[in-house]
Order: sequence, then C-alpha cells, then structure tokens
Amino acid sequence: MKKYVCNVCGYVYDPAVGDAESHIPAGTAFEDLPGDWVCPVCGAGKEEFSPEE
Amino acid sequence: MQQPFKAVKVTDNVYWVGAIDWGLRYFHGYSTERGSTYNAFLILADKITLVDTVKAPFRAEMLSRIKSITDPEKIDYIISNHSEMDHTGCLPEVIETVGPERVFASAMGVKALSEHFHLDREIVAVKDGEKLSLGNMVLTFFETRMLHWPDSMFTYLVEEELLFSQDAFGMHLATSERFDDEIDRGIWEYEARKYFANILLPYAPQVTKLLEKLSKLRFSIKTIAPDHGPVWRRDVNKVLDLYSEWALQRPTKKAVVVYDTMWGSTGRMAAAIGDGLKQGGASPKLMPLRSCTRSDVATEILEAGALLVGSPTLNNNIFPTVADVLTYLKGLKPRNLIGGAFGSYGWSPAGVEQVWEALTEMKVDLVGEPLKVKYVPDSGSLEQCVSWGASIAERLKELCGRETT
Ligand SMILES: [Fe+2]
Ligand SMILES: [Fe+2]
Ligand SMILES: [Zn+2]
Repeated sequence: MKKYVCNVCGYVYDPAVGDAESHIPAGTAFEDLPGDWVCPVCGAGKEEFSPEE
Repeated sequence: MQQPFKAVKVTDNVYWVGAIDWGLRYFHGYSTERGSTYNAFLILADKITLVDTVKAPFRAEMLSRIKSITDPEKIDYIISNHSEMDHTGCLPEVIETVGPERVFASAMGVKALSEHFHLDREIVAVKDGEKLSLGNMVLTFFETRMLHWPDSMFTYLVEEELLFSQDAFGMHLATSERFDDEIDRGIWEYEARKYFANILLPYAPQVTKLLEKLSKLRFSIKTIAPDHGPVWRRDVNKVLDLYSEWALQRPTKKAVVVYDTMWGSTGRMAAAIGDGLKQGGASPKLMPLRSCTRSDVATEILEAGALLVGSPTLNNNIFPTVADVLTYLKGLKPRNLIGGAFGSYGWSPAGVEQVWEALTEMKVDLVGEPLKVKYVPDSGSLEQCVSWGASIAERLKELCGRETT
C-alpha cells in the first residue's frame, strides 16, 4: 500500500501505521480513509494529499 | 537625511529595523496587554538583504529605520520567512519602493504570498537546506512547516551564527529594549510562555521534531532573532530548553478551573472545587471568565495537569463565554490533561452536558461524572464539590508521580 504526503504541511500518511487520533486502524489504505478524514497535523482534506514518490 | 527612527545594531552586520506597537491589546483574539513589536532585520552584506517586513500601518517607521543606515533602494534581496500579515502587510509597497533584485520565500510561502497579495512579480521558492550567497556571507534556509503556518521557515546567517526564526521564540512585548538581557526575566518568560501556548501549542509535536533536527545539524546559534519581542543573545539555550519542555506538556499538579456564572451558583461550586483540589494536594488556579481572557486560560493550561470547566445553563444551552473558551482551546489541541465538567442549572443541565461533550472531543481524560447542582448549592452539594476536587487532585498526584519515576 502506498504512502501519501500532505501537500500543505508535509505529514506522511503511512497505511502500515494508520491514524490513531482519528481511530483509523493500521492497515487502512489511503483510498479507504473516510471522505471526511483530515490531516492530523494541519487539518487539510484528503484532496490535498499526493502519493509519496 | 536625518531620520526620526533609528536602526539598532544586533551583530556586526545585522540591524533591527522593525516597529514597536505600544498600543496593541488584541491580536486576532489573543489579548496582548504589553503590546508587541514587528521585527524586521537588515543584513549589510555585499547583497543587502531585508528579512521580513512589518504590519502595514508601520511601513514608514520601518523604512525610516532602514534609511538611518542605508538607502532602501540599495536593498538587493528580500526574504519572507512567514506570510502572515503582521510580517507581510506592507510587503507589496516595500517591494515597490525598494525594487529588489529578488524576493525569496519557502515553496508554501510563494503560494501563500500570491494568495494574499496577487503580486505581478516572481517570488523565488527556496528549499529546505538550500544556501544563498550574499557575496561575502551565506544564508541557509530551513523549512519549519506548521510552525506555525505551512509557509514558515527559518533563515540562518552562517557568518554571524544568527537564526532568523520568524514567530518561533517570539512574544508579544513592546519595549524600547531590543535584547533579552535588557528585560526582566519574569516578564519575558511569562510572555514567551503565553506566546507558545496561544500560537504554537497545536503544533507541539512538530516543535519537538524541529528541535531534534536543529540539534542533529549541530550548527551553533549565538543569536536568535524572532519576529516579535526581544532578540535572544544571552539566553539562547534557555529559550530552546523552555520550548522543548513546553512542547512535551508534562502533567503538573496545577489544576485550572475555568467557569462563568449567572447568579453566583456555578461560581460557588468553583470556589469549593478549588478548596477540594488544594486539600487533595493539587495547586488550583481559578479563572472566572468575566475577569480572564481566553488567551490567559490557554497560558495557564500549558503547564497544568487538569482542566475543570464550569458552565451554568442559559436558555437550554452552554453559557456563551464558556463555549468561546472551549472553542479556542479545542483548536490549540492541549495534550495530557485530565478534567471534568460542573455547573448549576434550573431545569435542564444542557450547559454542563455540552461542556462534557466538548472536553471529550478535546480528548481530555475525564474523571467521574459531570457534577451538576440544581439552582443554588446547599452545604451538602458544596461538600460534594470539595470531595470532587479532592478526587481529581488524587488522580493528578498519581499521574505526576508516574511521570517522575
Ligand atoms: Fe504568525
Ligand atoms: Fe507574527
Ligand atoms: Zn497536513
């Protein structure tokens, strides 16, 4: 599964880790994050993320 | 020409050319009882460089300070470390006056500046770690995203070991003195803490990471020149240490009791809870919202272990001043707090319940149940408030004990 980077603040969403703050379990692909999920650092929406190179 | 305002020498080749805002008392919701300064700095290198500018109404003051040492048209480069308008408000006019060869900002800064000012000239994006030659001197740029905006960056002047840190390590404090060693330590420590709590707290984990990065890079910092308040030349290490402490938000025995009251009942509950906290070994600080601002509350939260919030019910709703402070605190994302909700009500306990919900959303570790009293507390319910306070103090002692072992 691919990592995604927040274009605003540089936070990296790692599917292997998930996002505990938003109750996203480890193993959740970026594509499967709910539509209202936001960056835990800066609050930007999913549309601000790009796949990590 | 004789200038009314003078530049202040910071190091051999760097001058402060900012402005002092003695009358500022309100900074987008942050109460600034001691005013502020907007710091801008001029580097007299082969390429004369201006680092940041000031809030729009202070442009003439800044230009006068620049003119006291050089003709503004001789400025070659302008660097914008942070796009917020207290540092860029007059940037378009200053670019117009100066006609610089190049203007630099971080990649996010280039975006933010264009979305603020819709400039018709190019701003050059610099990368994290990139160097810029000023002829006889060199600058290095460091991205510091989200400290406290996406565009934020630091600029380091290698030859003078000077770090231009924009808002980081700053404070709202208007003084005619420009350096830490000229200002009473109690005052700067309080104002630096208040600034951290109200501006940087949401990004505390990023502060920790940045400080680790800076220490790994092992470059020596003799002077820190922030965009507000004094320049650090004596207590550089002290302010770095304070930042690493604050960023961890370790729980202490301090319990902040924030409340408002309609007919004095929630206020009496707060006083009894305060006594209970003290009897249980905690150090309570009561903050009635008619006397304390939201930014005072944030300042006290930074070094606290507990947050207890009291609201009466007004028209089946939380009391507006309490909703205000909770909204503000939620955005600041304080961590490692235990807490509770209390309040008096007539027929609907909606006020207390909404406090409870807000604290849950803030991930405050709530102790027990919301403490509610109908209309006016009698001695029995005041006793209950005392023991509730004491039980929270017990929890705090456990937590602080665990931290130290
Ligand atoms: Fe700012
Ligand atoms: Fe600022
Ligand atoms: Zn982000």
